[in-house]
Amino acid sequence: MTSSGKAVVTLPADTQVLITREFDAPKHLVYRAWTTPELIKRWWSGDRGEVTLAEVDLRVGGRWRYVMTANGGFEVAFHGEYREVVPNERLVSTEVFEGAPEAEAVNTLTLTEKDGRTTLSILVEHSDQKYRDLHIDSGMEDGMQESMDHLEQVVLTLR
Amino acid sequence: MARAATTADAFNAVAEPRRRQILDLLAGGERPVNDLVALLDLAQPLVSKHLRVLREVGLVEVREEGRQRLYRLNGRPLKSIHDWVKTFERSWTERFNRLDVVLAELRAEELSTTENGAGSDDE
Repeated sequence: MTSSGKAVVTLPADTQVLITREFDAPKHLVYRAWTTPELIKRWWSGDRGEVTLAEVDLRVGGRWRYVMTANGGFEVAFHGEYREVVPNERLVSTEVFEGAPEAEAVNTLTLTEKDGRTTLSILVEHSDQKYRDLHIDSGMEDGMQESMDHLEQVVLTLR
Repeated sequence: MARAATTADAFNAVAEPRRRQILDLLAGGERPVNDLVALLDLAQPLVSKHLRVLREVGLVEVREEGRQRLYRLNGRPLKSIHDWVKTFERSWTERFNRLDVVLAELRAEELSTTENGAGSDDE
């Protein structure tokens, strides 16, 4: 297996999104890159823009906030609160997209290391399926009302 | 990619857990209705109703063989659902590719710190 790969996204339940990916680095480094503001700024926006603010108060009850200027020029911001902090292992936090503040998700980051490589998983749990769908939509205009737990596999067998 | 807001599309057809189960079963190959009834442990009229919905959106196809009606999966309408998640997946892949770069740097830093014998951590 090579060091980089695709993120794998599945929908384990109507209100959930699960994102997983393996990294060629030990978990304490993944954790550091995940929680250190100057490092977050370098990866969090992906190819979609620039992170202009990354605030992290890494303790239970502490808050975080990220602001990104997207390539289109507009700003998007996210914030939340840390609920559980187990360094290098597990991080549970809430997440609100400030453009849709009624939808608060709970994210559970889990890091597991094997032979110096780390599997990262993020389980995103929304309070309602419609918010989960909006989350997946990320900019697409209408949501959908269904879950697809096994569909991914079905589709893969069909290609 | 936006999807059409119709009620009779693949998205709505797969909203029902039983119908997803039927698709899973048919992913293994063509099956007669009786098979599906037995495997799902559902009443035949209910299974037929689900099959009708799936057929209307083109997710399953049926053919007659003797007295049997055989159902099989047609995956093409699922492609739009697949694409729906793929867009989201792509943005995470981009993000993680950048994280790879950051991690490679952190590893190199850590390695040089160990080589220089400087035991203390950076924090």
